[in-house]
Amino acid sequence: MAHDTAVHDEVHGHDHSHGNETNKELWGGGKEPFKASYGKLMMWYFLLSDAFTFAGFLIAYGALRFSSPSWPVPDYVFSTAPFGIHNAPLIFVTFMSFLLIISSVTMVRAVQEGARENQRGVVFWMLLTIVGGAGFLGCQAWEWNNLIGKECMTVTRNPFGTHITNGTYLNVDGTPSSDADDKFKAGGGFLIHRAHLGDHGGGHGHGDDGHGHELTAEEKFLEAAHASLSTQNLDMDNLPETGMDFPGFHLNNEGFIQRKFIGDNGVAEAQAFGPKSFGALFFFITGFHGFHVLSGVVFLIIIMLNAAGGIYVARKNGYEMVEKIGLYWHFVDLVWVFVFLVFYLL
Amino acid sequence: MGHGNYEEAKKLVWRGCLVLAVITLIEVAVSLFQKGHLVPGMEDISAVTFGAALIIGALSIYKAYYIIYKFMHMAHEVPGLRMSVLLPVLLLVWGMIAFFQEGGAWGKRRAVIKERNKMESEKSIKPIGMLLEKEQKIFTIK
Repeated sequence: MAHDTAVHDEVHGHDHSHGNETNKELWGGGKEPFKASYGKLMMWYFLLSDAFTFAGFLIAYGALRFSSPSWPVPDYVFSTAPFGIHNAPLIFVTFMSFLLIISSVTMVRAVQEGARENQRGVVFWMLLTIVGGAGFLGCQAWEWNNLIGKECMTVTRNPFGTHITNGTYLNVDGTPSSDADDKFKAGGGFLIHRAHLGDHGGGHGHGDDGHGHELTAEEKFLEAAHASLSTQNLDMDNLPETGMDFPGFHLNNEGFIQRKFIGDNGVAEAQAFGPKSFGALFFFITGFHGFHVLSGVVFLIIIMLNAAGGIYVARKNGYEMVEKIGLYWHFVDLVWVFVFLVFYLL
Repeated sequence: MGHGNYEEAKKLVWRGCLVLAVITLIEVAVSLFQKGHLVPGMEDISAVTFGAALIIGALSIYKAYYIIYKFMHMAHEVPGLRMSVLLPVLLLVWGMIAFFQEGGAWGKRRAVIKERNKMESEKSIKPIGMLLEKEQKIFTIK
């Protein structure tokens, strides 16, 4: 096929004047529609269909978010980073975005080196791209581990709630707190913590992380709540179905401490869990994207090894395989632009 | 690829890196501003939150354009290929309008049901039927 095309080019020259071609020549075979190889064209159409899949997920997120009276505040949910960093909204995900952008740039360099048949250049830049992709996956693994292990979010449970009224939290004994940090505004976010009775060092790290920092109002409350719970001799695995009521908080049947507060209407209520769909949407959408990154890294490794082994040298087509995986890799970056927009920025 | 001088093309790539990085930083800054982290109180002004959302959305679309045209070299493809990939994406505009409208309607419906349940419980009339009981459970905060 490649040979036929070459002959064609000789006949017509390189002046791109296809106007006087007869139908017979056009339909005679060996001509590429849209002047793109079959593989490249199909990669474009695969990416188009994949874009629709992602768009379907993200539009579902939007529809559910609009349908819910409250929604977790992303800059509150995603405000932790490795090395014990707290209250750093969006910093970690911004770092993740940079990793993907940079790996996209190294990918363009690999494609460029491929176009000039520079084997060493292709392998070098692809290797950097793989490092970037693997780094992104590592960050995502940390983020998921933090959300699932420390913050107890699952596909069906979302401990990140949002206040729908202004109010003041109660102390453990049921009296309104006088701490300024215990007053909140409608729209603010909160995280419902799970009591860690009996499990030593339960991973929550509040108050006992050895940093010696001054405890926040919330940490003080949680310590007092734990102290009062520890006198009760509770079996955390067999809590009553309706949970247990305490003056300052409600302990639900899964052991979550739902703080009580007095809202604008003057009635004491307990913190409510956030919309369930948030957890499912988060894990499915970022998981689907992460799966794309993972398979992209696997393909990149295979193609890099092929390139290093000289397979594409023999093909003499400007490392088209590298170009195709490049399209896929840029698409992964492109999707992240919108996942980042929808989940973290808005 | 293969278009123009190689050194020039290399420079353009690093420029692209800079463009995407700077736009991302601007997006994060606007988002933090919108949530009141930079100037407290901004999260309560709906004109600010709406305007910021528009700016972030527009910047994201520009980033998408930049990746497709500069990194994926869509600019070098023939118009037929370009159109056959890009035009179908316009269908999503309709998808967004339809589903966000629908989501908003679900939200209004929930508010109405909640309000009605509240009125009924104030009149101390017990809700009749499975559906109402279930709904009331959902909207009663424990």
